[in-house]
Amino acid sequence: MTRYSAFALLKAGLTGQRGWDRAWRDPEPKPHYDVIVIGGGGHGLATAYYLAKVHSIRNVAVLEKGWIGGGNTGRNTTIVRSNYRLPALHSLFDFALGLWEGMSDELNYNVMFSPRGALFLGHSDADMTALAQRGDALCCDGIAAELLTAGQVHALVPLLDMSPDARFPIHGGLIQRRGGTARHDAVAWGYARAADGLGVDIIQNCEVTGITQSGGRVTGVETSRGNIGAGRVGICVAGNSGPVAGLAGIRLPIEAQTLQAFVTEAVKPMIDTVIMSQSLHCYISQSDKGGIVLGGDPDQFPSYAQRGLPPRIERAAAEAIALVPALSRLRMVRCWAGTTDMSFDGSPIISPLPVDGLYLNGGWCYGGFKATPGSGFVYAHLLATGAAHPLAAPFGLDRFAAGATIDEAGVGFMPQLR
Amino acid sequence: MMRIDCPHCGPRAQAEFGYERTLDSIVTIDMPADEAVARLYARTNPRGLDDELWRHGFGCRQWIVLRRNRVTHEIVGVTAFDPAIHL
Amino acid sequence: MSGPGRIGGGEGATLRFTFDGVPLRARPGDTLAAALLASGIGLVARSFKYHRPRGIMAAGVEEPNALVTVGEGGRTEPNTRATDLFVYDGLVARSQNRWPSLRLDLGAINGLAAPFLAAGFYYKTFFGPPARWMLYERLIRRAAGLGKAPIEADPDRYEHRAAFCDVLVVGGGPAGLAAAAAAEGRVMLVEQDRILGGNIFASPPFVPSAVEGPAARGAPGVSTSRDTNGDGVAGLPSNVRVLTRTTATGVWDHGFVTLAQRLVEPGEAPLPGQPVQRLWHVRARRIILATGAIERPLTFAGNDRPGVMLSQAVRSYIGRFGVLPGRRVVIATNNDDAYHTAEAIAAAGGAVVAILDSRDTTPETRFPVFARAVAVATRGRRYHLAAVEAEIDGVRRRFDADLLAMSGGFTPVVHLHSQAGGKLDWRADIQAFVPGVSPQAITSVGAVAGEVPPIAAASAHLPDPKHSFVDFQNDVTAADIDLAWAEGYRSVEHLKRYTTLGMATDQGKTSNMAALSRLAGAAGIDIPQAGLTTFRAPFTPVTLGTLAGADGGGHAAPRRRLALHDRHQALAPIWQPLGYWHRPRAYPLAGETLHDAAIREARAVRTTAGIVDVSTLAKFAVSGPDAAAFLELVCATGVAKLGVGRGRYTFMLREDGMVADDGTVWRLDEARWLLTSSTGGADRMEAHLSYVHRVLAPQLRVSVVAQQEHLAGIALAGPLAADILAGLTGEIPPSHMGLAEATIAGVKILILAASYSGERAFEVYAPGFEAGPVWDALDRATRARGGFPYGLEALEYLRIEKGHIVIGAEADGRTTPHDLRLERMLRKAGGYVGAQALGRPALSAPDRMQLVGLEAAEAIPEGAMLIAATGAPVEGHVSSAAGRVLGEGGIALGLLSGGRARIGARLIASSPVRGRHVAVTVTDPLFYDPEGARYRD
Repeated sequence: MTRYSAFALLKAGLTGQRGWDRAWRDPEPKPHYDVIVIGGGGHGLATAYYLAKVHSIRNVAVLEKGWIGGGNTGRNTTIVRSNYRLPALHSLFDFALGLWEGMSDELNYNVMFSPRGALFLGHSDADMTALAQRGDALCCDGIAAELLTAGQVHALVPLLDMSPDARFPIHGGLIQRRGGTARHDAVAWGYARAADGLGVDIIQNCEVTGITQSGGRVTGVETSRGNIGAGRVGICVAGNSGPVAGLAGIRLPIEAQTLQAFVTEAVKPMIDTVIMSQSLHCYISQSDKGGIVLGGDPDQFPSYAQRGLPPRIERAAAEAIALVPALSRLRMVRCWAGTTDMSFDGSPIISPLPVDGLYLNGGWCYGGFKATPGSGFVYAHLLATGAAHPLAAPFGLDRFAAGATIDEAGVGFMPQLR
Repeated sequence: MMRIDCPHCGPRAQAEFGYERTLDSIVTIDMPADEAVARLYARTNPRGLDDELWRHGFGCRQWIVLRRNRVTHEIVGVTAFDPAIHL
Repeated sequence: MSGPGRIGGGEGATLRFTFDGVPLRARPGDTLAAALLASGIGLVARSFKYHRPRGIMAAGVEEPNALVTVGEGGRTEPNTRATDLFVYDGLVARSQNRWPSLRLDLGAINGLAAPFLAAGFYYKTFFGPPARWMLYERLIRRAAGLGKAPIEADPDRYEHRAAFCDVLVVGGGPAGLAAAAAAEGRVMLVEQDRILGGNIFASPPFVPSAVEGPAARGAPGVSTSRDTNGDGVAGLPSNVRVLTRTTATGVWDHGFVTLAQRLVEPGEAPLPGQPVQRLWHVRARRIILATGAIERPLTFAGNDRPGVMLSQAVRSYIGRFGVLPGRRVVIATNNDDAYHTAEAIAAAGGAVVAILDSRDTTPETRFPVFARAVAVATRGRRYHLAAVEAEIDGVRRRFDADLLAMSGGFTPVVHLHSQAGGKLDWRADIQAFVPGVSPQAITSVGAVAGEVPPIAAASAHLPDPKHSFVDFQNDVTAADIDLAWAEGYRSVEHLKRYTTLGMATDQGKTSNMAALSRLAGAAGIDIPQAGLTTFRAPFTPVTLGTLAGADGGGHAAPRRRLALHDRHQALAPIWQPLGYWHRPRAYPLAGETLHDAAIREARAVRTTAGIVDVSTLAKFAVSGPDAAAFLELVCATGVAKLGVGRGRYTFMLREDGMVADDGTVWRLDEARWLLTSSTGGADRMEAHLSYVHRVLAPQLRVSVVAQQEHLAGIALAGPLAADILAGLTGEIPPSHMGLAEATIAGVKILILAASYSGERAFEVYAPGFEAGPVWDALDRATRARGGFPYGLEALEYLRIEKGHIVIGAEADGRTTPHDLRLERMLRKAGGYVGAQALGRPALSAPDRMQLVGLEAAEAIPEGAMLIAATGAPVEGHVSSAAGRVLGEGGIALGLLSGGRARIGARLIASSPVRGRHVAVTVTDPLFYDPEGARYRD
């Protein structure tokens, strides 16, 4: 693996860009692996990397039915933060945030992690109290968060509508300065290249069509490129957890839902921070290329179509304009959608499954991207040792039957209420 | 934006309806506790057809069952909810 | 004379506009691009990455280069295609992405750095701590983006409209017109251009016009800002509704189509009261796509230079606008269509110096033509084309020219077909994808269906890939594609994302096929095997204002007003939002803060009386022989044994056993009940009641009527409340938790003797439209006894003293009845929603978050964390906080791990974000009148 560096770029520029290696190989699947990770998204690739790097397990294959990073990793709004209210969640996400901070150097691939701040707006005193509670919970657990006045929010985002009779008046906000954005594709590519460099086989265009078992134990997978044996199999296909787990006859507390997002034409810098709202399901940020990236409510019914209803986009546009009136004349250039793995308490499931040697990492709802390195790290731990990493321990599948759910929104088991 | 043929109101835009749950997740009051909890927390979630309970909230406000493809959104059948058939 | 210019004289150029401050003229009907070319202006923009000089390449929405900023102030629209903008008098247009000027742009330095700025270079450097990356990023962000967004508010209106039709025809060219004319039923025809007829100006036989504008040439259908019925428009029958300047942006499920209609041009002021753009939601039984085909550029070095244009675009400028884009013309083509361009140029007075045809054999022509000939490079002078380097049978030859018209074939515009889930078929003869099978009722006609000239496949030989542009707008060259391939970014999606090809505002309209061709060539596969990226809405960009419609700004969410809103408004309250509701929080008198007012109001309730508007509570009239049985399904407490005229507190569980809502239940009659529950849960409760009734227990003979908005409610509370009420009704008020019907000010009311505040209290209900006089009477009588109206803030203080939980605070969706100390009210026999899940083991863990009271010497910060000492783990939080109404010090309710067993514990309520840390003591969650003596008269 050629090391990337400014010097290497200089050399390449002078020699007509010759000499770059393939970022990852395109190997034929071997007959057997110690671990198979099903799903070549950010989480699956990160898992494979940490299996090799931390646990020295390199006889690993990542099987991806399409092209790596083509699922939710390639469709999200690239927000990274750890400012969740519940301790089990903010601990796991903050561990991920720590990994984000060193990721580019670790992978020798610039993932453009940009801690430009993740700001939640409060539109009423009640919102501000809720934000204060969230901030207190974070600070008491050692995660920095600051409550901001309306004036401080305005200084950060000058284009917000600050008038008192705005439909969503700005009372203030809660900011996590370490939060921000990253280049989503680069995360998949960076982990893929690094994992490949450690000997992991990344096998694209390889759809898993069956999970083979014997005596209650997983023995391997059937794929569109043949049968492959495995000691352990880790499912990591958020957005498709139901169907893949179904290959092993397992039903999960997960339902697929569509989440749309859209981007405007590229314009000169106008929004420096990631803007979210305590009471609106609306989020706004500006990419490095200049497009304003926006998202809103999920489409609240089960779907794998990766295509949503226009009213969601229209509503997100209306709320965005209400917050930042300057957005009105900017043009949406593309809208897209991903399939979210809606777990029945809103929190991820990182767990063994009822078949020995078979594991699941899914149920990330719409919060998966920010967790990518942390998810991979703790899942690698589970796949390597068979035991839950302490940060992942609360997220076992058995928590639902036991009543130990971790429900940040407090809405229960219906995904459409989340 | 699907077009749903409500048995009472005729074809209406999806925006008038709300998804509730799958038919096989309905928990009746008399179910034993284990079965109830299992039904609450397990779904097939198929990439294909499933039977879903929806409500025509901005119309007749009645409950209907959609047999619908979750990938293509093709609606194969719509019937008024009937416990004799659907439970 | 060289370069572009108007054919013939400048007559008829009556519109005035400016470009970069230079005053210019245009003819009515000119696009900005046509007018600029007519004025001899070829340099219009600077490219995104390398700041290369760019001109006008196309004549339609596929234009990748000529992006300008138009309009002023709040009407400014950056990134507007000059080819998709019709000049209006007073148009102000400016070039973008250049400094200090278009001709002298310092950004051109990037071009020198080009060898180092290949695709993906930023992934390979800028390592170090994130803070350092952000320094580089600031520069990158400043260099990125094309136009600048306006800061001023958008002064204009936008609108949404719905329509239904039997047939929607997308595209008003010849195929679309024919389809619309033949279609039966309600037909809609939409066309993104201002006129109908499509490419007739670019199709033979054409008649060049030096002087006449398009209208004089019998162009079919001129319809600008209104939709028109077909009568008289292009000979269409009256059942055809025609919308011009209307783009079908997306096809969704089941024939649902979104259209974006321009009523004025970008930056143009509308007529007073008129919206500037309109978004249509159309449901069509059948869709006919007549969206045409987009011509492909050829890939060669310097193909991005001003003076290099698409061949049919050249014909369009000549035939439609009377503009000749160049005098000495080289044509480069791989198909027959470009030969018509030669004819058009010659007829307009230009000279065709060469036709370079890449095929082995060429058609008969009177112009100098070369077979097996391709353009390989261009040379420029003063930012415009000066010469074309060709390779003819391997031999280099140079032609002086100021216009190169290129045609690489035609790409059917299959976007909408594909969005709707349609499959695509490959046609090797035209080297393009055409619509195949569709799951919806969508058919394609005309050029989009593949009726375009056959072409010879491109050869992969490219002498100078580094300067051969594929995606013009994002400055992606053939060399970038080769690099992506070499580095293993080989799936078409990886190629796109790594090079940013196809990701600009034109979404690859002129680049996708060339990119696929190169990718397939590198892979040694056929193009259809290489795959395609996903087609996504919108087909052309749509402003967020249009998407928001009338719901932008102040209407982005509804406001729900109380029936008694005006009564409250007259008292100048502090309003508080709860969801969409706006309710009075307090009624401050002169000089009072919110806290002052709330304490005064709460004290009035404790010492005399007060009235509060409780109209937003959910209310359900439940009646029928099985009403009691129904209520016992929904409510987890005892209900059925309630006598007529009595009520009691109740709560309802979610199916997973968590407390979802609480309220009261009242028996008005043998078979008539009233259920009240929380404001915030009203919509969910309505749906839940319907679910329990219709799905779980349809055999029950019960009717449920939601009355949240129908009934207004006023709670009268305080030691003098019974007296006040008796004075108004003339009757003895009902005892605590009793009810009665009575009359106040001539209005029939229902009195429910419930107390949330902890004093003797009565909730008085009347139909919303009749409640005004009731409020007036209660208000007068209360004030006369020294009382006041009170708001939600005072109500909070009062209920917290009584330990009454609130849905959303103590009952946060994660607490069971046992957590909230309500387990003794549960019916032991079960049979209610949620009973089955309560037995789960973790729900009886001793360390669960449980309801406690907290008291302190000072105010306790609401939301603060409960910890044993600084740095110790969090053990709970403060869910609701207040001051004592008739005392000193702070009280609160909270959720504490294992709280029920920790009465007396000393903790700290810690709020780092507010800088407050208060010592608290854990108590029972009840601070006032534990015996309930206040309820008794």
